[in-house]
Amino acid sequence: MKKKKMFLRMITASLLRRRSRMLVALLAIAVGATILSGLVTIYDDVPRQMGEQFRSYGANMIFMPSNGGELSGDSLQQAKNRIAEKQLVGYAPYRYENITVNERPMMAAATDFDGAAKTSPYWRVDGAWPSGVGEALVGKETAQTLALNVGDEVTLTYDLDKTPATADEAANTERNQNSAAFHVAGILDTGGNEEKYFFISIEDMEALTGKADCFDMAELSVTASQNELKTYADDISQHTDGVSARLVKRVTQSENTVLSKLQALVLLVTVIVLLLTMICVATTMMAVVTERRKEVGLRKALGASNKSIIVEFMGEGLLLGGIGGLLGSVFGFIFAQAVSMNVFNSSIQFRWLLIPVTVVVSVLVTGLSCLLPVRSATDVDPALVLKGE
Amino acid sequence: MSLLELKNVSKIYGPLKALDNVSLTVENGEWLAIMGPSGSGKSTMMNIIGCMDKPSLGEVILDGVDISKESSKKLTEIRRDKIGLIFQQFHLVNYLTAVENVMVSQYYHSMPDEKEALEALERVGLKDRAKHLPSQLSGGEQQRVCIARALINHPEIVLADEPTGNLDEANENIVIDLFRQLHREGTTLIVVTHDPEVAEVAQRTVVLEHGRPVKEIINESFEE
Ligand SMILES: Nc1ncnc2c1ncn2[C@@H]1O[C@H](COP(=O)(O)OP(=O)(O)OP(=O)(O)O)[C@@H](O)[C@H]1O
Ligand SMILES: [Mg+2]
Repeated sequence: MKKKKMFLRMITASLLRRRSRMLVALLAIAVGATILSGLVTIYDDVPRQMGEQFRSYGANMIFMPSNGGELSGDSLQQAKNRIAEKQLVGYAPYRYENITVNERPMMAAATDFDGAAKTSPYWRVDGAWPSGVGEALVGKETAQTLALNVGDEVTLTYDLDKTPATADEAANTERNQNSAAFHVAGILDTGGNEEKYFFISIEDMEALTGKADCFDMAELSVTASQNELKTYADDISQHTDGVSARLVKRVTQSENTVLSKLQALVLLVTVIVLLLTMICVATTMMAVVTERRKEVGLRKALGASNKSIIVEFMGEGLLLGGIGGLLGSVFGFIFAQAVSMNVFNSSIQFRWLLIPVTVVVSVLVTGLSCLLPVRSATDVDPALVLKGE
Repeated sequence: MSLLELKNVSKIYGPLKALDNVSLTVENGEWLAIMGPSGSGKSTMMNIIGCMDKPSLGEVILDGVDISKESSKKLTEIRRDKIGLIFQQFHLVNYLTAVENVMVSQYYHSMPDEKEALEALERVGLKDRAKHLPSQLSGGEQQRVCIARALINHPEIVLADEPTGNLDEANENIVIDLFRQLHREGTTLIVVTHDPEVAEVAQRTVVLEHGRPVKEIINESFEE
């Protein structure tokens, strides 16, 4: 239809030939749409990103003896095998024993250091991780108590019998003891209970205590949703003799809290950006309408109805909204990608759906912000064209 | 029946009577000039005849319809269908080309038709300027675009407020020639002017002073 063609010809001419003014409006819309689509992408992607971050931030599942006794290496292996290999980020079994150092009672923990480094990535080690037999990682608190430094030697003593009840008893009875000397490879700083322990390898513990194949617990780091984790835990507890799997509530819960807080923040920023965009577009359109009062008067004098004035300005606004939205969805992805690379160190997948969504939202927002300015255009009196202004 | 009849029309702005009890009749096909000092109410009268303003008192009958009683929506329709406007300031849409400016008038009236618009420009001698923007046209050329625009929908009555006020003599003559052609085709013309030369060529001149018609001159030597 010819009328439509003329309509398009007029609004595109207005946008193309009055560039500078329209560029400001377009810029406002495009920036708004960029931040909008960028933030929505991040909002959408944050749980996945954060999930990975948190998973690498320690264990989210533990294995415990179900009957209050001890765990055998076999049952641990069985339980561990129930978790898909690619979801298992880290696995570290632990065994705790009472020992003495210079007659002082202390705790020793045996673990697999490679596994512990994965399930407890936040451990900070001064010196080096133990790399073989006869090396120990000493908790910071214990190291201070015993005045131990990296490179020192320390002798751990294990009572093969029952631990003496009193110091008096310890002094008087003939005791069956086993001692071993350890080289302090590193001092462990965690800010937690671990700072009280001596960490040694499983082989060393077996040699010191003369007892093999028994563990107190195991820590696991698994990449899975809360629901999946729960399914794993139930499955393991049911099908593995003597092993009870539990989720580490404290970490996962705080993870969810942080997540929802972060998402709420992103949402808030999105809403604010939308509002700012609307204000900016409305102000620009207001200026455009004021600037074009004469033109509006002229059009009215030529017989334009209020409706056609509204349709023309809206047409321009919505066209701008569409173009701005299109630009915004592309730049928004680039923006989200940059944020993701910098903050989370991983890339985001492009979602085609985001283009139409951003365009539609941007058109709606532009339309909404144009309502008032465009209404004010209809107030223009056609008689003003005859006044010598 | 006359095409236009003003009956005791007044326009009152507070203490000021911009039009004071004016009665005037314009016949179909007549060419009327309106003269008068600045502030005498010429533009006020044109606004009322052009359906862009309403009188405070009195009746204005245009083509059998009393436009002093109509809603502004209806006035817009009448303006679109019956009236062609030419202004002193050329008033073109500055981001549209000459031919597009003519088409805007078609657009609001009925259907844009580029061929017809080009013919209208040809008639005012601007065919080769059709694709120029107003800023690329001289004042005289802009005014001729305005005239082409005013004529494109074949209005019954053409109102021109100081159409030659900003033009040099050569362009003034072009505009007057165009008015002659229009008159020959039977269009009713009302031209407000300060310029006696422009008034002289009309059939009749009405002189306003303080909102009242004080003199009427019939041009005896008018040649059809
Ligand atoms: N909207 C208005 N409000 C108040 N007074 C007005 C208004 N419009 C016009 N007037 C006054 O009415 C009087 C007539 O104005 P008008 O524009 O009709 O004069 P004019 O004859 O066209 O003058 P000019 O030759 O300078 O164009 C003037 O005194 C003017 O100040
Ligand atoms: Mg005037």
